[in-house]
Amino acid sequence: MTRTLTLHATGPLTTVQDLGRPGYAGIGVGRSGAADRGALRQGNRALGNPEGAAGLEITLGGLDVEVGDEALWLCVTGAVCDLTVDGRGMGSHAPVRVEAGARVRVGSPSVGLRSYLCVRGGVDADLVLGSRSRDLLAGLGPEIDAGTVLPVGEPAGAMPGIDHLPWPRVSADEPVVLRAVRGPRADWVADPDLLTATTWTATDRSNRVGARLDGARFEHARDRQLPSEGAWRGAVQVPPSGQPVLFLADHPVTGGYPVVAVVVVDDVDLAAQVRPGQSLRFRWVEAP
Amino acid sequence: MRLLAYGDRAVLVELAEGVEGAERGGGALGYAEALRREAPPEVGEVVPAACTVLVVAADKVPLADLRRVLEDVRPVALEADRGPEAVEIPVVYDGQDLDDVAALTGLSREEVVAAHTEQTWRVAFGGFAPGFGYLAGEDDRLHVPRREESRTRVPAGSVGLAGEYAGVYPRESPGGWQLIGRTEVDLFDLDRDPPALLRPGVAVRFVEVRR
Repeated sequence: MTRTLTLHATGPLTTVQDLGRPGYAGIGVGRSGAADRGALRQGNRALGNPEGAAGLEITLGGLDVEVGDEALWLCVTGAVCDLTVDGRGMGSHAPVRVEAGARVRVGSPSVGLRSYLCVRGGVDADLVLGSRSRDLLAGLGPEIDAGTVLPVGEPAGAMPGIDHLPWPRVSADEPVVLRAVRGPRADWVADPDLLTATTWTATDRSNRVGARLDGARFEHARDRQLPSEGAWRGAVQVPPSGQPVLFLADHPVTGGYPVVAVVVVDDVDLAAQVRPGQSLRFRWVEAP
Repeated sequence: MRLLAYGDRAVLVELAEGVEGAERGGGALGYAEALRREAPPEVGEVVPAACTVLVVAADKVPLADLRRVLEDVRPVALEADRGPEAVEIPVVYDGQDLDDVAALTGLSREEVVAAHTEQTWRVAFGGFAPGFGYLAGEDDRLHVPRREESRTRVPAGSVGLAGEYAGVYPRESPGGWQLIGRTEVDLFDLDRDPPALLRPGVAVRFVEVRR
C-alpha cells in the first residue's frame, strides 16, 4: 500500500508549499512558503497534521489529482472553490475521506485566488534547506507538473474532529482593505498618503513574488539611491516607475527601492487572495 | 542606531555605518553578527543589508519585547583580515567590461586586476540569488556604476562590480554589473553544508589565474 497523489493537471500554477525556509536570508534564500499561510495552517489543523505540513497551493483552480492505492483524508482551504471527488460535488473547507483510486478535482474559485489542498500526513516531497516549498524567485524546492507522483506522509496525530472551517474574508464586490504601518522609507516619496487615498487594482503581472498595483504613481522625493535593505512579505516597495509592488511569499531577500508601507501580518494572507483585476485599499494603523 | 517600524512583526535597525564599520566594532554586519552570536529567543529572522538589519520577531513574541532586546545589542568587531581563513576565488580576468571599468576608474586593465586581487573583500550581505554575496572591499578604487543597460543573460561564475560592491553570479541570470572576469568556483551547492560559500562576514580574496 502506498500513500500517493498523482497529478493529472495543475491548472495555471500549482506548487508544493509549507511554511517556508527560515534562517537563510544571509545567503540570499528567502522565506517562501504558502502565500496564504493561515489557509495552509487551517487545512493542516483540520487533518491533525503539524501546522507546517506541506500541501498544494493551487492558483485559480484547474487541479486534477488521483489518489493512490490507499485512501486519504484531504481538506481544501483558502479561496472557496468547487471540489469534486469522482465527479461528485463535495464541500471545501472541511475534511473529506477519499477512497483509493479516486479522482479529485479542484475548480476555479469564485472569490479569491489561491486554494490549498492539504492531505493527512502531508505531501512528502524532498526537503530543500529544511522546507518543501517551491520558491519561484530563488528557483528552489520541488518542481511538479502533470505526471508527478507525490508521496504522502504517515499521519502524525489523531483526527481532531473539526467538521467545518471559516472561509476567507475576501469579497468579490468590495475592495479588499489592508491595514498597513507606515514604512521605514515613507519619506522617500513625495506623498506617502497616496497609498490610503487611492483605490488600487492588482495587475495581471502579479505573482507569488508580489502584487503589482495600478491606480496612481508615487513621486520619488530624493535623487539618491537607497542602499539595499532587507525586505519582508507585506512590504509595499516603490520602484523608479512609482508603481508600488506589495511583496508576497517569494519576495526578494534584499532590495534597493524605498518601502513606504508594510501590511500587517494578518492581512498579508488576505493580500495573497486578491485576484488580478480586483481592487484593494489600504488603511494606516500604528505599529504595536 | 535607530529602530524603524517595519509592519507589526518586524523592526528595521538602521546603523550609521555599513560594512566598513564592522572592523572597528560597528555597522550592520557587526550588528547582524552580534545577533547571530547572542541568538536572543525574541529574534525570529535576521536579514542583514548594507546599512540596516531587518529583524522579524519570533512567533508569539510581542514587538515591544523585540525592540527592547534590539536596543541593547552592541555590534561586534570582526577581524580586519582573516588571513588563511579567507575564501580564495580563482579568477580569469577576461570580462567583457574590463576596458570600461579601466576607463571609469582611470586605471589600466592590469591595475584593475591588481586592485581586485590586492584587497580583502568581505561578504556584507546576501540577496539577488541564492549564494550571491555583496562583497565590500577595503578601498574605493573599483567603485563603478552599474552598466547603463542590463544584460539579459550573464553566465554563472561571472565576476562583477557595481557601486561599492564586488560579486560573483552564482548561476546564469540577467544582470547589470560590470563584468571583469569569471571563476569556476561553485558558489551554491545544495549537497554541501553550508550550501553557500559566501556568507555574511566571510573574508574573500580573488586570485588571478591565467587561461
